[in-house]
Amino acid sequence: MSVLWWLVTLVKVGVIFGAVLGVVAYMTLAERKVSGHIQLRLGPNRVGPFGLLQPIADGLKLMFKEDIIPDHVDKVIYLLAPAISTVAAFAAYAVIPLGPPTDFFGLLPEPVPLQIADVNIGILYIFALSSMGVYGIVLAGWSSNNKYSLLGGLRSSAQMISYELSLGMSVVGVLMMSGSLSLTRVVEDQAGLWYVFLQPLGFIIFIIAAFAETNRLPFDLPEAEPELVAGYHTEYSSMKFSLFFMSEYAAMFTISAMAVTLYFGGWQGLPGLGTLGIPPVLWFVGKVAFFLFLFLWVRWTLPRFRYDQLMNLGWKVFLPLSLLNVLLTGLGLVLLR
Amino acid sequence: MEQFFFFLFAAGAVISALLVISRRNVMHCALFLVLTFFFVAAIFVLLKAEFLAAVQVLVYAGAIMVLFTFVIFLVHIPRTEKIRQTFRQKNLALALGLLLGLEVAYILYGTMAAPASLPAAAPVGAVGNTESFGVALFTRFLFPFEVVSVLLLAAMIGAIVLAKKEIDR
Amino acid sequence: MSAEVPLSYYLILGALLFIIGAVGVLTRRHALVILMSIELMLNAVNITLVAFSRMQGNLTGQVFSLFIIAVAAAEAAVGLAIVIVLFNSRETLNIDEINLMKW
Repeated sequence: MSVLWWLVTLVKVGVIFGAVLGVVAYMTLAERKVSGHIQLRLGPNRVGPFGLLQPIADGLKLMFKEDIIPDHVDKVIYLLAPAISTVAAFAAYAVIPLGPPTDFFGLLPEPVPLQIADVNIGILYIFALSSMGVYGIVLAGWSSNNKYSLLGGLRSSAQMISYELSLGMSVVGVLMMSGSLSLTRVVEDQAGLWYVFLQPLGFIIFIIAAFAETNRLPFDLPEAEPELVAGYHTEYSSMKFSLFFMSEYAAMFTISAMAVTLYFGGWQGLPGLGTLGIPPVLWFVGKVAFFLFLFLWVRWTLPRFRYDQLMNLGWKVFLPLSLLNVLLTGLGLVLLR
Repeated sequence: MEQFFFFLFAAGAVISALLVISRRNVMHCALFLVLTFFFVAAIFVLLKAEFLAAVQVLVYAGAIMVLFTFVIFLVHIPRTEKIRQTFRQKNLALALGLLLGLEVAYILYGTMAAPASLPAAAPVGAVGNTESFGVALFTRFLFPFEVVSVLLLAAMIGAIVLAKKEIDR
Repeated sequence: MSAEVPLSYYLILGALLFIIGAVGVLTRRHALVILMSIELMLNAVNITLVAFSRMQGNLTGQVFSLFIIAVAAAEAAVGLAIVIVLFNSRETLNIDEINLMKW
């Protein structure tokens, strides 16, 4: 733990945090652009070239909005909820490997891993954090003293518990193949073949549960505008509202990075072809970008599920299927060994 | 360094535990309990039990306490905060708690005399490692593991039966 | 990373949390808070077990705390189901008022 180690770690934390903030800001623009083009519109194009400065304008606008704290709210919890949401969404990047160890073209005396911390329980860490994210939403719904918010909070707690089970069980397949909870190891194991080819069922369950876990359409019941007037964040305004927004996009980014790391080889290049001369970090960014686009694409294409359909799907379809996936993986491992 | 963090987490755990049993609002109690669980998880990390720390956060804070908040949603009545929160036996209970504390202190005082510090040379390298944990769980402790899974199944059935009766009525 | 914190400190912490939980069970009238206090006591036991596991240099204590966590989960599931049934039939969670075996 030399001075250099501290310095490098601090720089990594800063760079990754900044990058995530930037991605979150531009995801809002991307969402509006993609939705525009899907609906044969242009999307925002007035602020800056191609609307590229729109996120900054939005951010400024939100910052200068009046910050309202409604009467009869549980003030401490009301203020705490957006903070919990944001912290839980942002802290997950600490363990995601962005690329192989590098010495930055000889700039540093020894190669440093492109990952803030390679903890040996990486996957559990991310799951623990994402289960903390539920609290942000639940507490926001409860403390707002508003029946729509409360309903949103109730829905999200039930939904996230249900789908976290399938999410966790689908990842077990990957863990059984790699034999490690460390995300670095998982990525290194995929040098030959991406796990998505070995775990197609697990991946499908994972990505669908991911949509539910991040409260995105077709599973955005907790906020469902037409029925719940925005659900848990009805009573929030100004930056507190935008914190919820940011944490939603950050959670999307986390889950996309997770999907890439667990199933699509992380920073590895194409199976059999290698990196094709493109830096591994760009491979990672490209794959994550694809998944982020998938999130937007699905949102503007599919209608919303009904709540009972959502619960039935979670408990009666995905949970048994993910258990089946674990069983099949175990069987395969035993038979092929 | 380790002592500093120990005292930080221990103080946090004790203070938030005290708040759990003294706050009037049930939701606040639940949140302070979550906080306590986090501090306990941090203590586990100090004890090199990272896997257990993750499970602690995942299961206790992430699942059990979310269930608690869910139930609080369903049963919370704000006016119950106004009424007296404790039994008449409160003083007796406090006295008993004090007695229990003295008892534990007495027993610990006996062990304090012995060199009770953790042996630095203990083979802790493997301890806390998820892999060795899993091996232990599925070899030496396979039978207790199966028993626990049966227990969980029984609890699940019990909970479903209790909740199901509601719907039929 | 030398072990600077003596084992007894962990035991004292566990004991303190256990006592706080026990006092909570004995004093509070709200059924949910009583359940929470029980969780607190179980957690205190976990600290003790993990500390002993560290001292002995084997995993037995940790494995048993995992079992305790599983038992706590089972207890919470059944306990909360009972709480909900109780609330639906009596509309109170005040343990003082729930004093009949049958109604």
